[in-house]
Amino acid sequence: MTAKASPVRQATVGELIGMLIAAACVLPLIVIAALTENSGYAFHAMLGVVAALVGVVLIANRCFDGSVAVEPQEIGGKPNYNFGPVKFATVAAMFWGIAGFTVGLIIALQLAFPDLNFDLPWTNFGRMRPLHTSAVVFAFGGNVLISTSFYVVQRTCRARLAGVLSPWFVVLGYNLFIVIAGTGYLLGITQSKEYAEPEWYADLWLTIVWVVYLLVFLGTVMKRKEPHIYVANWFYLGFILTIAVLHIGNNVAIPVSILSPKSFGLWSGVQDAMFQWWYGHNAVGFFLTAGFLAIVYYFVPKRAERPIYSYRLSIIHFWALIFIYIWAGPHHLHYTALPDWAQTLGMTFSIMLWMPSWGGMINGIMTLSGAWDRLRTDPVLRMMVVSLAFYGMSTFEGPLMSIKAVNGLSHYTDWTIGHVHSGALGWVAYISFGAIYCLVPWLWNRKQLYSLKLVSWHFWVSTLGIVLYISAMWVSGILQGLMWRAYTSLGFLEYSFIETVAAMHPFYVIRAMGGALFLIGALIMAFNLWMTVRSESVAAMPRSDETQAPLAAAV
Amino acid sequence: MTSIEHKAPRRSLWAKHKIFETNSIVLVIGVLLVVSIGGLVEIAPLFYLKNTIETVQGIRPYTPLELAGRDIFVREGCYNCHSQMIRPLRDEVERYGHYSLAAESVYDKPFQWGSKRTGPDLARVGGKYSDEWQRAHLAEPRAVVPQSIMPGYPFLAKTELAFGEIANELKANRLGGVPYTDEMIAQAESDLKAQATPDHPGQGDLEKRYPKVQSRDFDGDPQRITEADALIAYLQVLGTMVDFKLYDDKANIR
Repeated sequence: MTAKASPVRQATVGELIGMLIAAACVLPLIVIAALTENSGYAFHAMLGVVAALVGVVLIANRCFDGSVAVEPQEIGGKPNYNFGPVKFATVAAMFWGIAGFTVGLIIALQLAFPDLNFDLPWTNFGRMRPLHTSAVVFAFGGNVLISTSFYVVQRTCRARLAGVLSPWFVVLGYNLFIVIAGTGYLLGITQSKEYAEPEWYADLWLTIVWVVYLLVFLGTVMKRKEPHIYVANWFYLGFILTIAVLHIGNNVAIPVSILSPKSFGLWSGVQDAMFQWWYGHNAVGFFLTAGFLAIVYYFVPKRAERPIYSYRLSIIHFWALIFIYIWAGPHHLHYTALPDWAQTLGMTFSIMLWMPSWGGMINGIMTLSGAWDRLRTDPVLRMMVVSLAFYGMSTFEGPLMSIKAVNGLSHYTDWTIGHVHSGALGWVAYISFGAIYCLVPWLWNRKQLYSLKLVSWHFWVSTLGIVLYISAMWVSGILQGLMWRAYTSLGFLEYSFIETVAAMHPFYVIRAMGGALFLIGALIMAFNLWMTVRSESVAAMPRSDETQAPLAAAV
Repeated sequence: MTSIEHKAPRRSLWAKHKIFETNSIVLVIGVLLVVSIGGLVEIAPLFYLKNTIETVQGIRPYTPLELAGRDIFVREGCYNCHSQMIRPLRDEVERYGHYSLAAESVYDKPFQWGSKRTGPDLARVGGKYSDEWQRAHLAEPRAVVPQSIMPGYPFLAKTELAFGEIANELKANRLGGVPYTDEMIAQAESDLKAQATPDHPGQGDLEKRYPKVQSRDFDGDPQRITEADALIAYLQVLGTMVDFKLYDDKANIR
């Protein structure tokens, strides 16, 4: 297909710099691997060596395989979109999703049947649980965000992705971070801050990748051919910028030495707790909410073929959401040693957060006005609309749980786990599934999905799974919270702690069943996508996403 | 190109939003300003308001052995199921002891307050059980508590503790504000050995550097210093530094 290009060409300056930097990393990493006393750290150093060498080979190969140095920005007056990195991130998202759901199922079973821990270091619950959370949030969710953001920003700006090597660097570098983080937990390398467990060197690497991500995204927005920055891009930008701030703020740490994977944070105790939950809650607010709302703002109107319900509502709820979310962190620290004023502020803003959250839900769901009948015929759209319903439900439950009196009961129990999963499975995963179901036929130039019937099966099997999961956790959480505070008529605590643990068993089994159903749904999806990619290309026909979308806001 | 024009009335507030929609740098600055406010208001005062952390007697930095044990607590992800934060609620105080003070985690990097109690709170577990109980429980939890769902950690007592970086760990903590002295850093390795070895000659100095330190053979194997030694030493000091018979909570009303 590149008959015009000569088979071998000179490397560009960018390619040379890329190869030099990668090559320069090799020797120091080998030295570190040889000298450290921590075998996990040595493994990571060698992983870095392999990654650097692969990087050199991949870049060098561009000079030999006939790829042109710089792709044209436009071909025949139409933007020459760069979909390679988008495709990679989409496949990675599906892979990590299934991996993350599987680990989730394993740890759910471990809580029901503790012998499944096998009493080995790298299979115990304490190391597997961060693997699960990072795999679903950062590996699955992160790849969905990168793939959709790179797709949406090109489409809505009608411009090719900025950079030549950098979009690939972002996608591959981010997935390298995922591998370092995940293997690190199993090898016992963690700084124990929830959802920020990776150690200092992984954090530094992520910082570099993230800055390049921001530059690629912003660079594409800057060369847009549309006068306005589309609303989805506000949310993507809010997500990328704020995650950068949060990541740096929560991970300021002093490494023990260059030869040790361990570090100690600059903050300690109560300040560290506040930093952590400022980070932790906004990982929810910006990674799992703002980023995925951006997906809503592109994929729902695209799929429903209707404009966004209200342009003004999107302005209000965007600014209100990003302003208020940041304050909500202290509701993770109710009744702790955090000063009361901070707890009260956190509670107040958490309750206010209900409104901008529902603004997003209403704007998304009402976009279907005039197209409600599509819910009967299009299971992909149904999945996205149900995800918005779950978003509405969990953003009502969240403010409720942030009220101190409620939190006194719910905190430390499975209620929190249930709440998180109604958001994570119902909202984040469903909107991601919907987006991927749209993306795959568009990216691989297929007419449609292999089977809408299988999408329907995926929808119903996983919905049943979610319902089992969250109702089991409601019951177990509230039950355990009540048992902890139960008193006998003589004024003694009624239950020992272990009695409350034993009471959880049936619910842990039901929860694992729910998780298994959710995983089965994802496997059905992977099969469907695989068959879609294998189906015949429709190169002769206009791509299904070429038609002008009615994205323009109704005022 | 003009398909996405919003026909807001002139001089309406909505029209003013156009500046964010047409200028990416303005949008970036706007987002950064808006997301900074909440964090600044909630976090910055914690560093200068004096009543954030109570004034109490008895809090000292962890000994090298306790710190090594804490590393293992972190490594194994114990915080995923065990909180170290007793809330001032009637049932918690009766079940676990005096509610946790901010001062008690002042040297905790990172804090270990936790977010989930699949197992009980550990903020005051120090001294509650014997070393022997802790050993047996870590190796095989269901041998001691039949209904427990905790994983077993038999490998801890079999693995020798690696403490080649312990002095550097103290140094890194000091850079972050933990008051380890030069002497503590210089003697870190010998202090670590002294605490885990019965009748070690260095125990007198250790006691001077770290008041009320508990020195003994924690893992039941006097020949070796294992990871179980370190972890049990850490568990046994949790929540024991403040003497609540002397603590005056009225003096710390916030």
